[in-house]
Amino acid sequence: MISLADIHVTFNLGTPLAKPALRGVNLDIAAGEFITVIGSNGAGKSTLLNVISGDIGCDRGSITIENQTVTPWSTARRATLVSRVFQNPLAGSCADLTIEENLALAFRRGQPRGLRPALNNRLRHQFRATLASLELGLENRLSDRIGLLSGGQRQALSLVMATLAPAKILLLDEHTAALDPKTAHFIMGLTAQLVAEHHLTTLMVTHSMRQAVAVGNRLLMLHEGQIIFDAAGADKTNLTINDLLSRFAGDALTDDSLLLG
Amino acid sequence: MSLVAFLGAIETGLLYGFLSLGVYLSFRVLKFPDLTVDGSFPLGAAVVATLITKGVNPWLATGVAMAAGALAGLCTAFLSVRFNILNLLASILTMIALYSINLRIMGRPNVPLLNQPTLFDGLEKLLPIWVILLVGLGLTKLAMDFFLTSDVGLAMRATGMNPVMANAQGIYTNRLILLGMALSNALAALSGALFAQVNGFADVALGVGTVVVGLATVILGEAMFPSRTVRWATLAVILGCLVYRLVIAFALNADFLGLRAQDLNLVTAVIVVLALVLPQANLLAKLKRN
Repeated sequence: MISLADIHVTFNLGTPLAKPALRGVNLDIAAGEFITVIGSNGAGKSTLLNVISGDIGCDRGSITIENQTVTPWSTARRATLVSRVFQNPLAGSCADLTIEENLALAFRRGQPRGLRPALNNRLRHQFRATLASLELGLENRLSDRIGLLSGGQRQALSLVMATLAPAKILLLDEHTAALDPKTAHFIMGLTAQLVAEHHLTTLMVTHSMRQAVAVGNRLLMLHEGQIIFDAAGADKTNLTINDLLSRFAGDALTDDSLLLG
Repeated sequence: MSLVAFLGAIETGLLYGFLSLGVYLSFRVLKFPDLTVDGSFPLGAAVVATLITKGVNPWLATGVAMAAGALAGLCTAFLSVRFNILNLLASILTMIALYSINLRIMGRPNVPLLNQPTLFDGLEKLLPIWVILLVGLGLTKLAMDFFLTSDVGLAMRATGMNPVMANAQGIYTNRLILLGMALSNALAALSGALFAQVNGFADVALGVGTVVVGLATVILGEAMFPSRTVRWATLAVILGCLVYRLVIAFALNADFLGLRAQDLNLVTAVIVVLALVLPQANLLAKLKRN
């Protein structure tokens, strides 16, 4: 269970350029929920994600994960509870490290790191089995540098890395936005598969209204730093793009990219 | 080149090998441009010379010198990660401060170590100094390989390559920068401490250009022996060190070139430029196009 209570975030606070990004967000996320988040540019989608991951601190409000108040925790400390996949496929891994080294880094997320060798044959065996299920042939390329992979392959690997160690919530930040449609489709399928397999609580920011409606079991719409629409259960299942359009046309949905994606 | 000059070059190369491994750690692993070594190299020499002349055991004195170097590295890293001072500037500040501190430690600009006990005393009768240094450097390289392929070491490499990703993987990047900079400058100080004991003096001006030497050897090693794995990369750094010293010795000894000792820095700069430019295979094509 994850709770956000009265979260306020202002960029450039205390300067003439002050810009509110989140204005009193309250959100309770139950274990096992798969939430999609949509909203036009500047609505606060990414800020919401970054507040949970710890990359952005909040001016006011508190965040609890599994009854622990994590508000003052750094990103690194929160990584014991939070895993994430970035929008940019290059951001989530180290190009100059090998596939197995990147996986070893992710495998130790949330655990203290000591002087034991980062890799051993037991781990390699486990990584090979995990990668084989992707059917990308990566299981035979463990010692290849990640920089040699395509964007789609790297994003698939980022997803695997995010699910390698246990987490209370998985954050996906428009993680298919930088990919071509076919690869995006593949990554979305892989996401659904991994989330189901590991029973992950997930928060996915997306630029595509179609994706937001089709995936997950709860939908949030953000507008100017506030949650203006929250549909779960049957409401979410029966929700269509047209419902959203008729309800918010001319208001929150002025951004064409939401419809085109 | 005479055998004496050749062995002298090898010996100096091995002495600076520890420094080069340190520079590899800061510049290449952490991507932290660190000029502190210009101060921590003579710091190691100053501490060891002062302690030995005061009657301290040379092994202990060398250990203290390394600790002093680690402290200098910590200082630079602390200025950078805690106070957000630009990393290059933070290292320059520590370097400048160390010049005064080294003078304070020695009490004068130069401390001779002639007829004083050194770390090599017992060993020297059994083996030539260059063999002792080679063994020491080899062990240091193996320890570094072990460290950089461990969980912490891998986290340190990720910190240098992609700090945002490292953070998201639960890596406390600031702590690893502190640790890496301490190790790096401890190695630089060790280099200085050994230099003082082999050459029989410590001098406050010993550090001038140290960082350039360190960088030159790292770049030269990488250019000659390109490698992706840590084990080969550290070996390349050491080989770069030896080749660098041999090239310098050759350049200064070859009469037909007419170079003298005062041309050392010029030769160094030329070597670094060559090491950076020659691996660009398309250089000729580029020149033709222009």
